[in-house]
Amino acid sequence: MAVCIAVIAKENYPLYIRSVPTQNELKFHYTVHTSLDVVEEKISAVGKSLGDQRELYLGLLYPTEDYKVYGYVTNSKVKFVIVVDSSNTSLRDNEIRSMFRKLHNSFTDVMCNPFHNPGDTIQSKAFDGIVSGMMVQTG
Amino acid sequence: MDPESVVASAGAGGSFISLNEPEQRYYSGLHSLCQADASGTLSSSKVAELFKASQLPPESLHKVTELCGAKRLGYFGTPQFFVALKLLAAAQSGLPVHLESVTANLPLPRFVGLKNEPEMRYSAVPPSIDGQGAQCVSAPGSVCRTPADRSTFRHLEAKVEKKEPWSPPRSPSSSPPRSPLIYRGYPYTKKRNGADSQIAYESKHSSRPIVLLEQHSSPSNHGTRANADHLAMARASSSERLDQQGAVDYSDDDPWRITEEQLEYYTNQFKTLQPDLGALILGTIAKNFFTKSKLPIPELSHIWELSDVDRDGALTFPEFCTAFHLIVARKNGYPLPESLPPTLRPGVMQQEEDIPDTPEDRSIIERLQPSLATTKQDLKEESCKQDVGVKRMTTSQEKRTLQFGGFPDRPEAPQDLDPHMRTKTRPRSHSSTSFEDTMKKAEEPPTPPPRPQKTHSRASSLDLNKLFQQGAPGIKSGWFPPPPALPPRPLTSQVSHFVNVSEKTVQQPNFADFSRFREEEESSVKPEEQGPCSRFGPSTEDLANASKQDGIGVCHSQPPQKPLRRKYHPESQNLETGPPPAMPFPTPTKSAQKLLSKQKREIQMAIRKNKETNAVLTRLNSELQQQLKVVHQERVTLESQLELLRPLAPT
Repeated sequence: MAVCIAVIAKENYPLYIRSVPTQNELKFHYTVHTSLDVVEEKISAVGKSLGDQRELYLGLLYPTEDYKVYGYVTNSKVKFVIVVDSSNTSLRDNEIRSMFRKLHNSFTDVMCNPFHNPGDTIQSKAFDGIVSGMMVQTG
Repeated sequence: MDPESVVASAGAGGSFISLNEPEQRYYSGLHSLCQADASGTLSSSKVAELFKASQLPPESLHKVTELCGAKRLGYFGTPQFFVALKLLAAAQSGLPVHLESVTANLPLPRFVGLKNEPEMRYSAVPPSIDGQGAQCVSAPGSVCRTPADRSTFRHLEAKVEKKEPWSPPRSPSSSPPRSPLIYRGYPYTKKRNGADSQIAYESKHSSRPIVLLEQHSSPSNHGTRANADHLAMARASSSERLDQQGAVDYSDDDPWRITEEQLEYYTNQFKTLQPDLGALILGTIAKNFFTKSKLPIPELSHIWELSDVDRDGALTFPEFCTAFHLIVARKNGYPLPESLPPTLRPGVMQQEEDIPDTPEDRSIIERLQPSLATTKQDLKEESCKQDVGVKRMTTSQEKRTLQFGGFPDRPEAPQDLDPHMRTKTRPRSHSSTSFEDTMKKAEEPPTPPPRPQKTHSRASSLDLNKLFQQGAPGIKSGWFPPPPALPPRPLTSQVSHFVNVSEKTVQQPNFADFSRFREEEESSVKPEEQGPCSRFGPSTEDLANASKQDGIGVCHSQPPQKPLRRKYHPESQNLETGPPPAMPFPTPTKSAQKLLSKQKREIQMAIRKNKETNAVLTRLNSELQQQLKVVHQERVTLESQLELLRPLAPT
């Protein structure tokens, strides 16, 4: 159901960003960028415990008229942002969580690849496949 | 001819044979004569012509090709060519064709009837060659390793330069030789223009000794022979080259199937990185290693993704083989698959994981290489190690044939494979069931004689043994009566006998092997039997010798039979001891499903073996008939000579 999925590095530059191509992608890029502030806010608030996946999942960052933005942060401060179209049947929280989990897993796989340098944009076909799957699901 | 590539490839090889100046000039002249393309590989037809012009016997040429490493690589790169020339010179001087001869100070090899004078060409290269001579280092003790090293080091580099494998003689029928589009266009199927000639080549390729014979009779096939031989021995890119040149070792043109040669090569590479074959190669180490292949990083990244199936950031041995194979395929121009081909799934490789666990098994793997020169030795070793190694051999054979149902080693396999299985059980079983048919079909045409001995005979014997232990299904019981009937057959009618045997082969899948083997035992006792004795792989090589020296050929054929005999005795014994206890075994002891699947697999294997043996037998038949003709002709000439001399006798 996602219309845009983004992976942002610790230094807040995008490692991977992909939107449903029919729409104005720049809008989504902007949305993701602005969502980073919210993410930072939430991270600073949750300082104490690490490794709890619930805390990794930030939940709905903020809703707008058209879409909702969900956030997820890893222990290494890599952020995942999913933008979901509001017009779709609203997804349950669990579904969003599972999407993030899948993203995290495939991101880990990418990181494990010795040919991938951390900090490079993600160019893994497997990762692309996962992301496409999530976006195709939304239709 | 690209002098830089010559220098680069020679220099990059590390250790190299030493050439003195005239040799270098001559060799580089010949090299240019053989029309190397841009990548530095030589046209096989020209090389074949050159070898023919050396007027050496075909088995020497064959050995030369083998030794120089071109077989392994599947093409003549510059170092291979130079080593081959050295070996030719050695052979022409009467030295044995061996790698140590390379270091000797030899006269230049003589080639009769070369179209162009090589001396014309060398003027372009002497400067670089002279420099190259200074670089060349030869270590006599390590000469044997030299081709391996060179091929190891150059393997990756050569792949960069190489745009295509050898252009085979029949290339016009398949596609323009130099177009890398060939690879792009190759699906993993057999659909190609030269399909018919492929089959012809497959049949030729299927047995190297047979190819040698054919080389006798048809000089034009020399290129084919060398081609086929190279294909047989070709390593990393062998699968693609096999596709292109129509001879496939195992199955259809699946370029994602790893051949024995490749596997051994990968094993060696793995060992250089990580001596313990059961351990993991760390990601960084693997990265450095694979970066040497000079593939772009995104492709390497993709390859890694495909091959590291357990996603642990390290490569196990099967994963390493997969990755290496993918790299090799990519370097040969094959597009990377999106997902891991089933034949490369680690489930396939799991079988190999079992094998390298012990050094003994490793040696068995190496012995499994279809190398004619060592086949005899292999058989002896195999027969010696039979008791211990048989099961592992079968497992490795299965790996080779990619039949990893694990059925030969039922008691062992689950234990061995469970630790390795992880989550790969399902892909493994999928592959086995889905690819058995293709394997069966594909293995029919190109099966060389050594294979049935080493693989299927054993496997079949093991199957039966296991079946007997577990209560052979009723189907197998039908095979029991025939074998005892065969031995009393008269030995003098061996040829016709074999025809009968082949018929029997059709009827009784597994037992055909044993019946034939028993006959072979008997035939080996009879020295006057030439052809039939030397039916199987190593002996067919001696068949080539036999065609030249009629009487001596028999003697040649005998030694290989002894190991055969030794090898097959236990099998026949197992057979004979097996049946009686098997009958009363209660089948309900095992689960019906297991039996059924086992049966099915065994039947399929038996059918495959059957077909292979059929092919082998028909080929042998034709060879024998040729021999017979030759012998007849010689007899006629001798008789005529005798008659000529008769009038002179009284005077």
